[in-house]
Amino acid sequence: MIEIDGLTVTFGTGSRAVRAVRGASFRVAEGESFGLVGESGSGKSTVLRAMAGLNRDWGGSMKVRGQALGRTREPAFYRALQMVFQDPFGSLHPRHTINDILKEPLIIHRIGDAETRILNALEEVGLGPEYRFRFPHQLSGGQRQRIAIARALIINPPIMLLDEPTSALDVSVQAEILNLLRRLRREHGLTYILVSHDLSVVAHMCDRLAIMNAGRVVEELSVERLRAHEPDHPYTKQLLRASLGYDRAAAENLAWFD
Amino acid sequence: MSEMAPRDVQTRADTGLKAWLLSSTPDSAFQARCQRVYLSWRSFSRNPIAMVGLIIILMLLVVAALAPLITSGDGTGQVLQDRLLPPSAAHWFGTDQLGRDIFDRIIWGSRITLYIVALVAVIVVPVGLLVGTVAGYLGGWVDAILMRITDIFLAFPRLILALAFVSALGPGLENAVLAIALTTWSPFARIARAETLTIRNAEHILAARVQGASTGRILLHHVTPLCLSSVIVRLTLDMAGIILTAAGLGFLGLGAQPPLPEWGAMISDGRQYLLDQWWVPTIPGIAILVVSMGFNLLGDGLRDVLDPRSGEG
Amino acid sequence: MTGQADNTLLDVKNLSVRFQTTKGPVEAVRGVSFTLGRERLGIVGESGSGKSQTGRAILGLTAKNGRISAEHVRFDGMDLTRVGDQEMRKVRGARISMIMQDPRYSLNPVIRVGEQIAEAYRVHTGANRREARRRTIEMLNRVRIREAEKVVNLYPHEVSGGMGQRIMIAMMLIPDPDILIADEPTSALDVTVQLQVLAILDDMVRERGMGLIFISHDLNLVASFCDRVLVMYGGQIMETLDAGKLHEAAHPYTKGLLNCLPTLSSARDLAVLERDPAWLDPIGAGYSEAGR
Repeated sequence: MIEIDGLTVTFGTGSRAVRAVRGASFRVAEGESFGLVGESGSGKSTVLRAMAGLNRDWGGSMKVRGQALGRTREPAFYRALQMVFQDPFGSLHPRHTINDILKEPLIIHRIGDAETRILNALEEVGLGPEYRFRFPHQLSGGQRQRIAIARALIINPPIMLLDEPTSALDVSVQAEILNLLRRLRREHGLTYILVSHDLSVVAHMCDRLAIMNAGRVVEELSVERLRAHEPDHPYTKQLLRASLGYDRAAAENLAWFD
Repeated sequence: MSEMAPRDVQTRADTGLKAWLLSSTPDSAFQARCQRVYLSWRSFSRNPIAMVGLIIILMLLVVAALAPLITSGDGTGQVLQDRLLPPSAAHWFGTDQLGRDIFDRIIWGSRITLYIVALVAVIVVPVGLLVGTVAGYLGGWVDAILMRITDIFLAFPRLILALAFVSALGPGLENAVLAIALTTWSPFARIARAETLTIRNAEHILAARVQGASTGRILLHHVTPLCLSSVIVRLTLDMAGIILTAAGLGFLGLGAQPPLPEWGAMISDGRQYLLDQWWVPTIPGIAILVVSMGFNLLGDGLRDVLDPRSGEG
Repeated sequence: MTGQADNTLLDVKNLSVRFQTTKGPVEAVRGVSFTLGRERLGIVGESGSGKSQTGRAILGLTAKNGRISAEHVRFDGMDLTRVGDQEMRKVRGARISMIMQDPRYSLNPVIRVGEQIAEAYRVHTGANRREARRRTIEMLNRVRIREAEKVVNLYPHEVSGGMGQRIMIAMMLIPDPDILIADEPTSALDVTVQLQVLAILDDMVRERGMGLIFISHDLNLVASFCDRVLVMYGGQIMETLDAGKLHEAAHPYTKGLLNCLPTLSSARDLAVLERDPAWLDPIGAGYSEAGR
């Protein structure tokens, strides 16, 4: 369904150019939940943003459903693919009511029946109609993220890009949002690409994952192999060990991979 | 504690309208917007200095609206026997060199002041927002060209530029307004551009792009509402300058033409009488002072309330 | 296990912090009591639990609209809540130090890093410039910063997160404090860098016999790093645990929190934390560390 080949993304020009992604390749099948894991600067979020058309300066090839993506995107493309961002407060317009926010994609894509769709969307993410005319600052972090998810789903895209959707949330709220995302995927047969720095979140949510470091895909593996602690690449092994909590021996033996 | 929505402001004792305005579950977009305005009002009304500014401006509006009722004439009737009379019970502000009642002229002049201010605002805000948001959002050569044009207008001292325009267009109130607008719009474009530069990489703007919104829609629905506060505050603070520029043009005979009771022209006409009949030029001067100050205080108060960084509105 | 009277560095009894906000009074910390010995004590909670405010209250760093009240906060014979500003200033930094989440906000952005450390050292010891510079390099080496000679000339924004934190640790330890309060020191760091910073903290605490209060939202991390853990919710301590005995947690909040964490092996839906409003009820004055 999604094919990324040799993707490169550069920021800036000339001598100050930063190559955030240096040749990333992976495939995601329809209906699959795919994880992109890495530490900061690994380029994982950049890959997602390039897919969503937020970067102009990219090279390589990206294909969605067999169709190659170009420099600019047509509005129709956005009916196939939507994104949920990390910061629940930042991703909602502070001056728009929840109703405005959920109506926006419907207006852009000229989809009618707004009233029903909005109420349905709210219900799907577990919020009642009383939230409809509130402003984002009147909602908690978890509620805002639910709205962000509702907004992404309201036009029924088959593909969802999730950029660290729970990193800014408390642990107990994270659990609710992750459960919600799993349920929605089951019910709608969605394809997910989930970016996270947290291996446990990815292990919980995904079928397969790719590990990124310094702009490259270091390893691709299935969740089963991750769970069995059987990664191949030493970077993945190190990441896995570090995720398990403080371990003095592990701290001593850290290597640098650039 | 964190995952409950922020505590509601409503208390048990609120009923009726107040409850409607403070309810945490608004039923319609209209109610939600009224609530926002109400909360902003509450915040604004706590600032006594801002309230003074508001009262002054409200008085200006009331006085201008009720002009036919408060005055005995339209301020243009000359009664030469009564020239240069000092303030008294019959003529509260005295009379000018043509025997016209100054009080009447001040009141009718307030309409002219408001007319100038409103017309300038209506031209300057949309133009500034358009130029600023487009330049800030698109960047590149569009930004460069638009900003150079803005710079050209910014570089000239306001009154000189206004003079140049009025000389080219001919004297008269509308031309003066146009000239003032042409000299005033540039800072608004700069402000709008600065705000847009900050906002354009915000996640909610990126989200709008990923939803497929066109650039025009993003600028109009997403960027402009966030620039509006700064622009409105700047406008009220600039009002004083606009009024003074109009007065300056009037003083030079290039704005409102006689016999219109424009305050600046009144100062000009009366300045030779300053020493012996001080009320003739001084009272219009005081009027300008009071109204300018009113706008300044109002602008300060609005800035405290409308600053989007101050969290809840 | 530590906790004997003569080894107790800090004794907090019934600490409360109350803020006056436009929406009415908010009690961020309600009747918190604990002791700290020469050990690593973790305080864990979600946002709004009061964990950060507890740390700040100990040092009197609460915001202006907050009031601190306590039966006592005993440190070295003093009650920190009753001591004057002057005395408090002598304690802060010199006897009890604090590092926070983002070192970029604690370092002066326009002064080079080496200069800031050297100045802190000079102020504390009265040494001359050359001596201070030498000690700066030495300290950077102690926190395992390679190429210390180059790093001293960098500005704070040029330094990566992990390195910034190590620099902060170096600075905070110059006066050799008795207690270090670390407020989410590794939350903004990558997982591998986190390990390194924790290892340094570990060394420092061991070598100097310091007490460490480690505030975090990450229960597993705290349990693996600290000796004892306090779990906070709604401004109160729900439970105190020995780090190795997490699985024996008794309080439903702690258990709920543990259950809702995704792990590498969890496949079914995560258990959702059901908040019991009773947890917000005041526990009662004089709550001490039962359940040890």
